[in-house]
Amino acid sequence: MSDHILSLSGVDKFYGRVNQGVHAVKKLDMDVRSGEIVALLGSSGCGKTSTLRMIAGFEEVSRGVITLGGQTINRLPPVRRGVAMAFEGYSLYPPLSVRDNIAFALKSSSYSATQISDKVNEIASMLEITDILDRYPSSISGGQQQRASLGRALIRDAKLHLLDEPMGQLEPQLRALLRGRIKHFIKTRGLTAILVTHDQAEANALADRIAVMEDGTLQQLDTPEAIKDRPANLFAGTFIGEPPMNVFTAQVTVSDSHVHFSLPDDVTFTFETMDFSPAVLDAIRHRTHLVLGVRPYAVRRAPSGVSATVAVNQWLGDQSHIAADFAGSSIVLVEHDRAPVSRGESIQLHIDPANLHLFDHTNGRAMSHGPNLAI
Amino acid sequence: MEHTGTLERILRAVALTLVVVFFMFPILWIFLMSFQTNETILRVPPSMVFEPTLANYKALITGKLETNAASIEINFLRNLWNSVFLSVTSVSLALLLGVPAAYAFARHKFKGSEDIAFTLLSFKFAPPLLVLLPLSLYFQKMGLADTYIGLIWVYQLICLPLILWIVRGYFEDISPDIEYAYRIAGHSWFATFRKIALPLAGPGIAAAGLLAFIFAWNNFIFALVLASADKQPVTVGALAFVTASGIQYGQIAAAVVMSITPTLALALYAQRYLVEGLSLGAVKG
Repeated sequence: MSDHILSLSGVDKFYGRVNQGVHAVKKLDMDVRSGEIVALLGSSGCGKTSTLRMIAGFEEVSRGVITLGGQTINRLPPVRRGVAMAFEGYSLYPPLSVRDNIAFALKSSSYSATQISDKVNEIASMLEITDILDRYPSSISGGQQQRASLGRALIRDAKLHLLDEPMGQLEPQLRALLRGRIKHFIKTRGLTAILVTHDQAEANALADRIAVMEDGTLQQLDTPEAIKDRPANLFAGTFIGEPPMNVFTAQVTVSDSHVHFSLPDDVTFTFETMDFSPAVLDAIRHRTHLVLGVRPYAVRRAPSGVSATVAVNQWLGDQSHIAADFAGSSIVLVEHDRAPVSRGESIQLHIDPANLHLFDHTNGRAMSHGPNLAI
Repeated sequence: MEHTGTLERILRAVALTLVVVFFMFPILWIFLMSFQTNETILRVPPSMVFEPTLANYKALITGKLETNAASIEINFLRNLWNSVFLSVTSVSLALLLGVPAAYAFARHKFKGSEDIAFTLLSFKFAPPLLVLLPLSLYFQKMGLADTYIGLIWVYQLICLPLILWIVRGYFEDISPDIEYAYRIAGHSWFATFRKIALPLAGPGIAAAGLLAFIFAWNNFIFALVLASADKQPVTVGALAFVTASGIQYGQIAAAVVMSITPTLALALYAQRYLVEGLSLGAVKG
């Protein structure tokens, strides 16, 4: 029994000939549950928009199967898929006013004119565009066009709402306000949505689950918390989180009582074996090298520990970002108070093993998160 | 600064006046000639002062050309009708074929699509004389010589590439996402083409159609070779004024005035579209 409304299995997208053209999406397996918001998150060219367009029906699926509501939609034209979409480039109809653009998709529905008008007003009020409803796309700003485009998609009763970078053009304050409202709107109506974004704050705020993509491959699909706490691989670990996770390649030695991680410049982290589960110890015992990952907020200044030299200390208004020269590269730590350290100063660093992530140094796969083995 | 600005304005005005005079003077002179007899036209030195006459226009309308030697029957109004019929029909057909083709070339890249589009454009490169001999032979064999259908067909060589390339530029300029938005809202691609792509490319289609009309109207060589007198347009019909007893300059001028009036009116009416369409076509094409 599955409550998945959308399912992608083994989906490939080639631009050009199969196996010869640009391989934009690689063997993508992904399910979206009914009433869920999933964010496709990744840098430019990672395949997230191609995935969205294949779901919408604007791009052909080179290989694999997409099902929506239990029906295979690979060959179904967009008109028969029952999806709504907000486009990154807005794509409003130039000859229609904002009001008519938003109402357009409902014109052929069974709603009465009054119902359509009420729905438009409700959406416009949510998106703060009530005052421009009678204006034309050419006379409004990019941010207003984007909200109108979003309204045009959200107003529809569709099986699935696809939102391509829906808030990229908005002011930060408005973006923060609308994130909450849009999420509330989607959730209270039980809509299912896929959101494409390269902004992890947007993905974290809106999505129930995030699909992290890189180079056409799905790196991890999980809740924002799980991706942050238990990244599946080095890419997911370093891509999610601001500032990014600190990573160091280290030589590992496991003795009966201690685990030593030796970094360049004679820097060594030593932890007790009891800090790790037996499974983790078994996994790392025969390794020579590993990649250590630690999030900036988990690095602490302490009276004693490993030494680093402060290179930059920036106060961002609500937190200090300290970058320090460390083990032949640099390490970043975040403190929530103004840190009284300055450039050139020597500091001692402590890392709690509960916050340590270990990755396979050959393929980047996560081996452990804190004391536990990565699954 | 203000002084330089004024000087610049004056120089610009003078330059523009010179350009306008250079291009408009022949038209003005022909317009004046159309109200003169051959004698006043040919006097030396020429003069702007003359007694205007409508005899030239009367001759064209009645179809009786009085020369010093004889009275000749001409059928200028028939030529004028041929011009209108051939141009309108050819452009309509070219729009009917060219606009969907332009849309296909703009939206659907397929193997060889650029080659096909370029081949169609290359019809404009070849000098008409190159294709006239084989064409006239084919047309005679196919029974298309001296028919409107044959002429309309061959006029596609003039109209179709123009429309295809200008309109294609317009379609490429429209974001495909606008069409996708319409399609995903529950419309077929054909409805999207009709309701979104066509209206948005309207100015380009108008410009291309207008330009194609002017080119078709001005064509001389195809109709001269492939059609006889009763199918020929005004450009060829004007040859009738070169008579055994001399060239009838007055009637030629009146014929020119009558033949350029429709295209001039059309161009003036739609000049904004024409400029837009041409500049976009130039950039995109």
